[in-house]
Amino acid sequence: MRAQLTLIGVLIAFGAASPLIGGINPYYYDILIGVGINIILAVGLNLVNGYTGQFSLGHAGFMAVGAYASSWLTLRFGYSIGNGALSTTTVYLLALLGGGLGAAITGLAVGVPSLRLKGDYLAIVTLGFNEIIKGVIQNAEPLGAQRGLGGMEPHTNFFWTFGFAALTVYVVVSLVNSTYGRGFLAVRDDEIAAEAMGINTTKYKVLAFVLGAFFAGIAGGLYAHFKQFIHPEGFNFMKSVDVVVMVILGGMGSTIGVCIAAALLTILPELLRYVSRIDALPDWLQKTAENRMILYSLLLIILMLTRPQGLFGSRAAVRKKS
Amino acid sequence: MIEFLQQLINGLSQGSIYALIALGYTMVFGVLRFINFAHGDVYMLGSFAGFYLGPKVLKQFGEGPSYAGAITVLLLAMVVCAIIGIVIERLCYRPLRDRPKLAVLITAIGVSLFLENGGQFAFGADPKSFPEIITDRAIEIPESWGSLSALTITVSQVIVVGVTIALLFLLRYIVLHTKTGMAMRALSFNPLAAQLMGINNDIVISFTFGLGSAMAGAAGILTSIQQPSIDPLMGINAGLKAFVAAVLGGIGNIPGAALGGILIGLLEALVVGYGNPTYRDPIVFAVLIVILLVKPTGLLGRSEREKV
Repeated sequence: MRAQLTLIGVLIAFGAASPLIGGINPYYYDILIGVGINIILAVGLNLVNGYTGQFSLGHAGFMAVGAYASSWLTLRFGYSIGNGALSTTTVYLLALLGGGLGAAITGLAVGVPSLRLKGDYLAIVTLGFNEIIKGVIQNAEPLGAQRGLGGMEPHTNFFWTFGFAALTVYVVVSLVNSTYGRGFLAVRDDEIAAEAMGINTTKYKVLAFVLGAFFAGIAGGLYAHFKQFIHPEGFNFMKSVDVVVMVILGGMGSTIGVCIAAALLTILPELLRYVSRIDALPDWLQKTAENRMILYSLLLIILMLTRPQGLFGSRAAVRKKS
Repeated sequence: MIEFLQQLINGLSQGSIYALIALGYTMVFGVLRFINFAHGDVYMLGSFAGFYLGPKVLKQFGEGPSYAGAITVLLLAMVVCAIIGIVIERLCYRPLRDRPKLAVLITAIGVSLFLENGGQFAFGADPKSFPEIITDRAIEIPESWGSLSALTITVSQVIVVGVTIALLFLLRYIVLHTKTGMAMRALSFNPLAAQLMGINNDIVISFTFGLGSAMAGAAGILTSIQQPSIDPLMGINAGLKAFVAAVLGGIGNIPGAALGGILIGLLEALVVGYGNPTYRDPIVFAVLIVILLVKPTGLLGRSEREKV
């Protein structure tokens, strides 16, 4: 009950703060919304990669499904449903939900066959599905194919973004802390032992995957209705890696850590952009700062070598197996 | 019919490249049971080694392209890549050897990203034009061969396929008929037992990385002879395709990697020739998914049981 009250309190606070925050510098606003969207993505992926221990590298694919599905819905029906019987906000929320469900269904279709695989194979197969989703969109004429899709109304604001982020955190935290949700951790810690204890490991893995995909879909919808333009290349392998880095940096299996990491890694490129403009710094430092991916990759390697549990994670997720 | 043959020829030369890269994946998997995500980027570095060394080496052999020069560039690129492969293993993978697979996988992704973005930083992100180390031209097919004379076969295609076959036989010899090769097989069979038999696992693993990376370096040069435009991100796609090839043939299995590479090359050529070129990548991944679901051990692989 306490968790529900906290969620409602947070939502009310966000609702009250939203009009105030809507007035800030558009550049900061843009970053802020980015933080919220990335929190949804990373917390959703953390359920799969962190709590359930299934390494997925295709999160951007589900985000793409959500972004395109919800955009298609608002573009197709946004202005005509019942001649205004539904407010645009209702249509927007229904479209987000539709995008999330579309992504969840895709997640189910991807998850059922690929979750029979483990570790490296699963990573590559999910990456493959990401490419396939991208390839299908690139060839789908109603979705703008290679040109991208634009013209969505900008309905995404502070309240919706962070409201959904709070909801995502709430669902994931409540789930893994429930009796039922212990199954996720059991699958991660030792799949064979979990199975021997009567846990339906396939069901848990698929459930984690579908939920992660659902939230990615919601994030995609929010993103599409904020940027008002989406392009298949925006949901490529690199975007998936971005989210994976957030989960790993925050610590697989630590929701708070992942939220902080998502915020840090969204703000970091902007800070680096700022650093790269400081003329007093040496040339090579400026150039390195421009290329955030070099730093991300070094961060990954060094983190794995020195602190594999991430900044805030528990050791369990990357514990040595006997 | 002629067009079909033409596609097969194109597919064969592209497939040879995939086969060479796939060998590295499969050998590393054989000894360490993990996928070296950075392998495709080693191939890219081979190409860039040729780009920087090529003009200097060619000068030593007189004016213009020459076969002696081309072979030297090929060998140098292989050596450079072998060293890079060994260094990567030493710095990034060896400290993690007894950690969970997930940590190694993440590190490998990190290394891959580092090479790609470090490459963009060091070489520049724009495509570079690879120096002409051999003169590429179409081979004249005599009129007497009838309709076959309509085929276009280039010198580079013949070289690519020829060098690949030569390297495959070399590798086969190393793995089957040398002491190091025997050690590699022993390690792949059972690391602990190999160690107890007096094999220094670290050296054998380094050697395997070196050998696999050298093959990737050769592939980098061979691909640049055919398509002289190279860029720091060229390894991503080629690496993924080669990985699919390794899985298709049965990962850990050397002839399987070669077979898988050729098959993927042919498949791609046929999709481009007769289907929609934008579906080229998705179809290759679809093959991967189907093979992992239907026969995860690949065409020539043996199954392995996971122990508790």
